[in-house]
Amino acid sequence: MGGDCHTHLAGLPPYKRPINTVFQSYALFPHLTVAENIGFGLEMTGVATAERKARVAKMLALVQLDEYGSRRPSQLSGGQQQRVALARALASRPHVLLLDEPLSALDLKLRKEMQIELKRLQTETGITFIFVTHDQEEALTMSDRIAVMSAGKILQIGTPTEIYEHPTHRFVADFIGETNFLEGVITQSGDGRALQLDGGGEVTLENGAGGASGKTTIAVRPERVGLSQPGNGGLNGTVKNVVYFGTDTTYHLALESGAPFTVRMQNKLGATQPFAIGDPVAVAIPPDAAQVLRD
Amino acid sequence: MVAATDTEAPPAAPAKIADAAAQGRDVRNRWLLLMPALLILTFAAVGPLLIVLVYSFLEKGDYGGVIWQFTTEAWFRVVYARDIFDGTVSFADAHISILWRSLSLAFITTVLALIFGLPTAYFIATRPENTRQLWLFLITIPFWTNLLIRTFAIMEMIRNEGIINVVLMGIGLTSEPIQMLYTDFAICLGMLYVFLPLMVLPIYASLEKLDFRLVEAGYDLYANRLQVLWRVILPLAKPGIIAGSILVFIPSIGSYVTPRVLGGGKNMMIGNFIEFQFGQGRNWPLGAALSMVLMAMVMVALLIYVRAVTGKEQARD
Repeated sequence: MGGDCHTHLAGLPPYKRPINTVFQSYALFPHLTVAENIGFGLEMTGVATAERKARVAKMLALVQLDEYGSRRPSQLSGGQQQRVALARALASRPHVLLLDEPLSALDLKLRKEMQIELKRLQTETGITFIFVTHDQEEALTMSDRIAVMSAGKILQIGTPTEIYEHPTHRFVADFIGETNFLEGVITQSGDGRALQLDGGGEVTLENGAGGASGKTTIAVRPERVGLSQPGNGGLNGTVKNVVYFGTDTTYHLALESGAPFTVRMQNKLGATQPFAIGDPVAVAIPPDAAQVLRD
Repeated sequence: MVAATDTEAPPAAPAKIADAAAQGRDVRNRWLLLMPALLILTFAAVGPLLIVLVYSFLEKGDYGGVIWQFTTEAWFRVVYARDIFDGTVSFADAHISILWRSLSLAFITTVLALIFGLPTAYFIATRPENTRQLWLFLITIPFWTNLLIRTFAIMEMIRNEGIINVVLMGIGLTSEPIQMLYTDFAICLGMLYVFLPLMVLPIYASLEKLDFRLVEAGYDLYANRLQVLWRVILPLAKPGIIAGSILVFIPSIGSYVTPRVLGGGKNMMIGNFIEFQFGQGRNWPLGAALSMVLMAMVMVALLIYVRAVTGKEQARD
């Protein structure tokens, strides 16, 4: 965050706000060269020609397009256009840079490259980036703080770990990563709290984990739970499907209650899979893996 | 394929012949398809043009027509006048002032059409898509009526006893009617009215393709409204602006009906002057030479247009 951020912007027209945007469509001016595009904001704010040229050159170097200054946007590839759009938005040294799904038009390989590039640019310039994305992986790997929005409202703000490990809403838990949802009623019994599941069974919860009394949903990440032979406690279920991913195996279960449940286990034992389709299993959910949701 | 025909000539030869035959067929078809247009162009444009060109180098007949005798007198007379009595040569002020009036009136009309047409086109292009058709339809309504009728309607409006003067005198803004009819103002007004759609439509076409996210990008990069107009919208609308200007300028400079009706007899434009040479003036070669001059002016205008358009494309490539 830049130092002087206490300016009220609501009353200012867009062209007076110290914020620049990288548009989803890039919105590069087709009638101007790459260098003229990058220098546009500087020209509008009245930066002297000599300084403007120097800063444009610096920006071109920053996005590694030094040789392309005199080309037109239409002569560049998608990735290069993306970098020009970035350089153009950064040239005026905004306090905040908005990136509106900037990578959605690129193919996977280019997207990965640009993610690293954006990280580098952010560190080098020290400007706050607000990065809008629908890609949960992008959100997790690139940000320091994530705000998950649904229907125009921010549901949760937090670090990637907070968002992933402690989602507060069903939408947040569902949006980032795979999740199991279990519904029931919270009961208080002497030393601890537990969730009595609707279809039978009980999940121990952490103390003071929040959540209302009455109907409650918990979110459980598939990789946080253990699978064992039945009779060891936990929730009983049956294996419905086994999907092998190489590094790990996903077991799709049906719990006693009939609710579906997914468990992911690392393949530490090589190709031997401890459970097959139709096997009865017990699911052990550690208290800190059960995240009580607010809705 | 090419390498094969070079090394093993005998087996490849029939294929080559077949290729050539197909090519010949293609060429023949192309000429057949072009034929109707070529015929019309030859008889309606190239032929008459050649006749006019030839006439401009002939001696004038006493009662109109031409005498088949080569002379450059007509071309000389475009710019110079020869005194009837002593043969002294001076500039043909009348011709030059008519040429100048044609040029300047056409230019003023074009500029006015741009000033009125650009905001109109921008207005239509920024309407919701389903209402744009209606606005465009309204723009084309004047085309439904005959040019002469529309011109006489304007005459009704601006003549001394016309609506405008009656109203102005009625509310006491002026005691005498303002002379508008039979002035250059009247000619400009008439041409502006008639040719305005030719300015609006091409500009609309180029503004309609304009990506308004570029306008947003302009605001995002600290450009104010005027700068966005000047640096983003106008450059992107430039092809339409140039096309519209040419489309207005060319018929304006050769305009005949409008200056005839609204300019009266004395405020001639080159179109009227050419007609005069073939009629009362009985100087066909001079009329022919003036026609060529008019065409040259139009050519220059078109050349500027082509330059502007291809220059843009070269910069893009």
